[in-house]
Amino acid sequence: MIETMLPDLAPAYGEILMAIGAMALLMLGVFRGNSSTGFVSLMAAALMIVTLFFTVTWQEGAVYTFGDMFVVDRFTSFMKMLVLIASALAVLMSMQYFRDEQEERFEYPILILLATLGMMVMVSANDLMSLYMGLELQSLSLYVLASIRRDSELATEAGLKYFVLGALSSGILLFGSSLIYGFVGTTNFTVIGTNLAQAGAHGPDIGVIIGMVLVLAGLAFKISAVPFHMWTPDVYQGAPTPVTAFFAVAPKVAALALLVRVLYVPFGELAHSWTQVIVFMSLASMVLGAVAAVVQTNIKRMMAYSSIGHVGFALVGLAAGSQEGVRGLVIYMTIYLVMNVGAFACILSMRRKDGMVEEINDLSGLAQTRPGMAAALAIFMLSLAGIPPLAGFWGKWFVFKAVIATAVADPMATNYGLITLAVIGVIASVVGAYYYLNVVKVMFFDKPEEEFMAPKTRKLGAIMGIGAALLILFSLPQVNSPVLDYARMAAAALIS
Amino acid sequence: MEHFPILSIITFLPLLGVVFILLTKGENADRNARNAALWVTVFTFLASLILWFSFDKTTADFQFVEKASWFGDNINYHMGIDGISILFVMLTTFIMPIVILTGWDTVHSRVKEYLIAFLILETLMIGVFCALDIVLFYLFFEGGLIPMFLIIGVWGGKNRVYASYKLFLYTLLGSVLMLLAMLYMYFQAGTTDIPTLMQYGFDVNAQIWLFLAFFASFAVKTPMWPVHTWLPDAHVQAPTAGSVILAGILLKMGGYGFLRFSLPMFPVASVELAWLIYTLSVIAIIYTSFVALVQQDMKKLIAYSSVAHMGFVTLGIFTFNTQGIEGAIIVMLAHGFVASALFLCVGVIYDRLHTREIERYGGLVNVMPKYALTFMFFTMASVGLPGTGNFVGEILVLIGLFKVSIWATFFAATGLILGAAYMLWLYRKVVFGELIKEDLKAMMDMNKREIIIFTPLVFFTLLMGIYPSVFLDFIHVSVDNLITHHQAALAAVTDVVAH
Repeated sequence: MIETMLPDLAPAYGEILMAIGAMALLMLGVFRGNSSTGFVSLMAAALMIVTLFFTVTWQEGAVYTFGDMFVVDRFTSFMKMLVLIASALAVLMSMQYFRDEQEERFEYPILILLATLGMMVMVSANDLMSLYMGLELQSLSLYVLASIRRDSELATEAGLKYFVLGALSSGILLFGSSLIYGFVGTTNFTVIGTNLAQAGAHGPDIGVIIGMVLVLAGLAFKISAVPFHMWTPDVYQGAPTPVTAFFAVAPKVAALALLVRVLYVPFGELAHSWTQVIVFMSLASMVLGAVAAVVQTNIKRMMAYSSIGHVGFALVGLAAGSQEGVRGLVIYMTIYLVMNVGAFACILSMRRKDGMVEEINDLSGLAQTRPGMAAALAIFMLSLAGIPPLAGFWGKWFVFKAVIATAVADPMATNYGLITLAVIGVIASVVGAYYYLNVVKVMFFDKPEEEFMAPKTRKLGAIMGIGAALLILFSLPQVNSPVLDYARMAAAALIS
Repeated sequence: MEHFPILSIITFLPLLGVVFILLTKGENADRNARNAALWVTVFTFLASLILWFSFDKTTADFQFVEKASWFGDNINYHMGIDGISILFVMLTTFIMPIVILTGWDTVHSRVKEYLIAFLILETLMIGVFCALDIVLFYLFFEGGLIPMFLIIGVWGGKNRVYASYKLFLYTLLGSVLMLLAMLYMYFQAGTTDIPTLMQYGFDVNAQIWLFLAFFASFAVKTPMWPVHTWLPDAHVQAPTAGSVILAGILLKMGGYGFLRFSLPMFPVASVELAWLIYTLSVIAIIYTSFVALVQQDMKKLIAYSSVAHMGFVTLGIFTFNTQGIEGAIIVMLAHGFVASALFLCVGVIYDRLHTREIERYGGLVNVMPKYALTFMFFTMASVGLPGTGNFVGEILVLIGLFKVSIWATFFAATGLILGAAYMLWLYRKVVFGELIKEDLKAMMDMNKREIIIFTPLVFFTLLMGIYPSVFLDFIHVSVDNLITHHQAALAAVTDVVAH
């Protein structure tokens, strides 16, 4: 009976479509060569949009398949939506760049497709094995992407650095997984969760906790939370700009989604243990992201530190340890996506006759030479700084609201650790405001420099315009309510 | 109750001007943009006159209320004004056309952006005074930093970058602490609605912390000693119009915040920590007056005098009696007219000689009689001469304060004398004396545009001094209600302690 042998494929149609599509496009690329890059890119973006419809239309409750290794629910569909949007935009934004650099390679969109597929598996992972499978598919594609410009020393260095450190973190994660398997006897998230819940008064074995912390460390590397952030600035700076634009959003969203699931489903019982770790990582990331970015002169490097800081803010929601907190994190990442994609659309437009420039000072006087782009970039920067009424403020509002709620909810004692987290967090955001303002200052206050080349495509301009408009209009209920409602359902799917 | 959303229209009308300005093109773009901005601000003022005439002065309730669900979770778009906020709304809409006229033929670079920044700022400032939801309030309150940052940074003086950063980061640091307090209140009370929170009655211990968090924000904005240092820098570097906005309206947000949040929501903490306010205010009045005496730069001198005047405001508010609070509001309004006018006076001669150094002037009365008269009038108003608004406000504050603390009254009154000293010194140095400096001899007296700018300011300063009831009638009921409510809250706590 073949029907009983086959697992239920319906929840994974999106992933299957992506895999088949990636293979087909790879074949196309191989036979047509690099001249087909433009077509392959467009097809890849289209494929992701189609997949998006498969995931968004999934409105049922949680469904498990492939021997419970794979789960689809509201949370996964929302996070996959973010990942797919970010990846599709990254492909579209990169097309003109590679054409201008005469570095067109058809492998590029296909690698992004494969990485995205890996991320989708990560988001849906409900087992340590599917977790690792998704994570490695993603990571291996990203290693190659980082060094896709083979003749560039910086890019090669970035790729190598990323690979070595990434392999190390994967090793740590695997070691943690093996400890968990050894002590609990299963790799399935749900079963681990029930086993730990039944551990009784003496609590779980210390081995499980060590395993959990190791898995946490491995994942912290992927989201570049302090103290596992060292690779980020070098890789961001060294990788070609469109690759950086891709790195900045989609992998972070996927890894954070995975982190949330790992912490809540198998290790929900150990919340008091992992909260401390998360609080520390969150604090350290916010502070380091704010302070270290101040001295940067390269805008990609600055964005790297900025992304470290933002991961710290997103983790505040996780530290709250509540459904409200996860909702905050989901909202935060949605807004983060818009801000970062928009900012990188601007960075990708920084091109002069002799090639791309990426120093902050190259933006001098942009408000006079390209007022539209300057206004958009200013909005992205101010939103990243969390200045109301822009959307970045609302992201912070929701995570801090959740953490304050948890901190004072206990009638017996106020949780001063979380209050401290909130206070230091908002102060870090003031320090962070300094370097975001610096970009605005350079564009608006300084004397104009040599003009950037006129854009050859309207894609980047359109992305900037739509992104900036979304950030400004987020305060309107018509714009924000879908995000808020969907984020609530997503969080509710994970924690009741 | 469904009615015409007049407050939202007034608040967002300036944004319509932004659209017009963005549409201007061609050779005459700058002139058209200026006209568009002027007409929009004048029209906003006319629209706000509807509020002035249809306002019901017999009730302390919020009027022209608009409420709509906004961010789910009990966060609403809630607008409304009472007797206190209407005056600030009017002040804002009144000052704005003057501000637009100020830069009429002195600002020539990036005119469209300049006007857009001011119009956006107007929307945000009106919003601050109309918001009846703390989140909405915070949005307007903080959002105003962005245009102000650009105004100082793009059109400011030599050291503008430093000044704009200082303004932004000081204010932001104070405000994020307020944000945390707001989140706490939201969690405790389950709502962000200001009228509801006023009735909520927070736990006494929590009140102290909440008060301090709000204090951090309002003290910077007011500004109070020792966090006032951003103000002189910002004033000196800002273009004249920026200084007018800053002195005329932005500084009032701190005092307004104390009245709207600190007193009604944290009544016990306000009383407990009143000593802190008194101390800081008295230091501000005495210290900044002395600092003002040694300034070389006219704008800096007026900026320090603003800090001293704001000291009166905070003293008045924390007397918790009718005279003190009403006096504080009148001082704020009068300062809005007079300090704006003084910065405009500086602007007039700065536009001609491009320096603000006091030493560079002298004997202007010989070539600029009209200017000398105007400047004299506002100098006297700033000193608090009877017949001007400042006198009414300051005397009310002192009466109210005398009931509470004789020492604070003593120091505050001393500050008045010092105030007279530095203002008269400034006036003598600039206007009187021999006209010896060659480049001053060619100075032109005020032109028609400048006279038009000053006329309404003179009128309202006099009106406020001679017949203050026009303004006091609006605030009586609201202030009485505030005090009654405040005393009831205090009594409730004393009861709990007594039992």
